[in-house]
Amino acid sequence: MDEEQTAYFDSGSTTRIDSKVLEAMQPYFKQDYGNPASAHKKGRKAKRAMNKARETIAKSINAQTKEIIFTSGGTESNNLAIKGAAYANKEKGKHMITTRIEHKSVLNPIKWLVKGQGYTVTYLEVDSQGFVNPEELEKAITDETILVSIIHGNNEVGTIQNMEEIGQVTRRKNVLLHTDACQSFTKTPIDVEKQKIDLLTINSHKINGPKGVGAIYIKEGTKITPLNHGGGHEKNIRSGTPNIHGIVGFAKATEQANKPEHVEKMRKMRDKIIEETLKIPNSKLNGPTGEKRLPNNINIYFKGVEGEALSGYLERKGVYTSTGSACSSKKLEPSHVLTAMGMDPERANSSIRITLSRLTTEKEVEHMLEILPKVLENLRKISPLY
Amino acid sequence: MTEYTEETIKRFEDPKHAGKIEETTAVGQVGNTMCGDVMKVYLEIDEDKTIKKARFKTYGCIAAIASSDKICELVEGKTTDEALKITEKQVIKELGDLPPLKHHCSLLGLKALKKAIRNHEEKHSTQ
Ligand code: FES
Repeated sequence: MDEEQTAYFDSGSTTRIDSKVLEAMQPYFKQDYGNPASAHKKGRKAKRAMNKARETIAKSINAQTKEIIFTSGGTESNNLAIKGAAYANKEKGKHMITTRIEHKSVLNPIKWLVKGQGYTVTYLEVDSQGFVNPEELEKAITDETILVSIIHGNNEVGTIQNMEEIGQVTRRKNVLLHTDACQSFTKTPIDVEKQKIDLLTINSHKINGPKGVGAIYIKEGTKITPLNHGGGHEKNIRSGTPNIHGIVGFAKATEQANKPEHVEKMRKMRDKIIEETLKIPNSKLNGPTGEKRLPNNINIYFKGVEGEALSGYLERKGVYTSTGSACSSKKLEPSHVLTAMGMDPERANSSIRITLSRLTTEKEVEHMLEILPKVLENLRKISPLY
Repeated sequence: MTEYTEETIKRFEDPKHAGKIEETTAVGQVGNTMCGDVMKVYLEIDEDKTIKKARFKTYGCIAAIASSDKICELVEGKTTDEALKITEKQVIKELGDLPPLKHHCSLLGLKALKKAIRNHEEKHSTQ
């Protein structure tokens, strides 16, 4: 398949790097490759670059510079937030609260803590649009509760939780609030002060930055036990020589992404795609619309067509999408997110996700919109359910 | 998508036996308890129990669609007794290969086939 015909709609998984970001990273491979922990000139230069990056990221979420710790990405930040807070607060209690629509890198550390470490968990239900009810959250908090972890913008259906309301509950109840903001970062406002967030996960490769780098915001005074013990980097919270070129790229990507016009552009594209695809008979949108949905997320149900087959057929035509269908999962189970939203297996298995980045082009959109109805027609023709 | 052989992809993209037979003498439908997929096999069987024509409709993954098509191709011209002897292994081999996670998809097609043949036998034993 030649590049020209490719239309990439899986930016919710990862994105292509912005050339300006790549350019900003270049000097840190062969020239300014110092270790920020070294006292010499090269080390100092790396340290300066890192501090500047930290400042950029801190500002973008209204945090203090010292509250940002760099990590290897979203999974590490989520693990650090959950296991780190669980360990540091075990004297206080061993109960955690999360939702049924989290990313696996939140669900699995919690499962691990519950299975072998004596913690307990309450899973909050979500409504048919994927929203958590803050009142339900309040009811679930007990004297034993130490941490609440709720995803900010959902990776499958784009639901953006009302963090401000959630934060009011957790702050009032004196419980730590963590949010996985990998999908929402730079795509919807994040203000850790206003939203009363204590721990926040973000990463770089979802915003046209390099892979392998992310950060965790840890509110000043929050106790966290490190996962990595070693040379004491990152204020002893995350030892290991920092990925300096990655960090520089991450900051540049943040700077580039953090412009209202990008969000506007994606939102328009998203709404156009939703409008066009809903013209196809027997299709339905999964998740909310408008401001409460991530500007780059579309998740659509097409009756009678299994997701892996649809996604696979589209791929053959150069259109890259993703699906949470049972056939495409290793466990042969439908998406836990769609299921938690109350969808029956047929709907969950017949849905695909189309995700954009700020670099998605009109041409890609046109290509996809041209191909999709044809592919659907072919697959529906051979479906016993249509 | 999962890694599939050329043959599997070809069958999936352009199945030769997709569709249904209006004047069918036998139909078999099965659902997959594994992942919720549905397969329907239509057969046209003559007096000598030879399968003249086989068609399918499948709601399922790439492997499921490709296997259905392959199974229909394999049974055309065979007697029902011969058709019943086709194994999952044989289907997988004919497709070049299938990832282990997808083996159950070809089994599903065979189950639909068996059901269709049984459906035919029942109809004819009561007549
Ligand atoms: S039919 Fe579901 S995995 Fe093949």
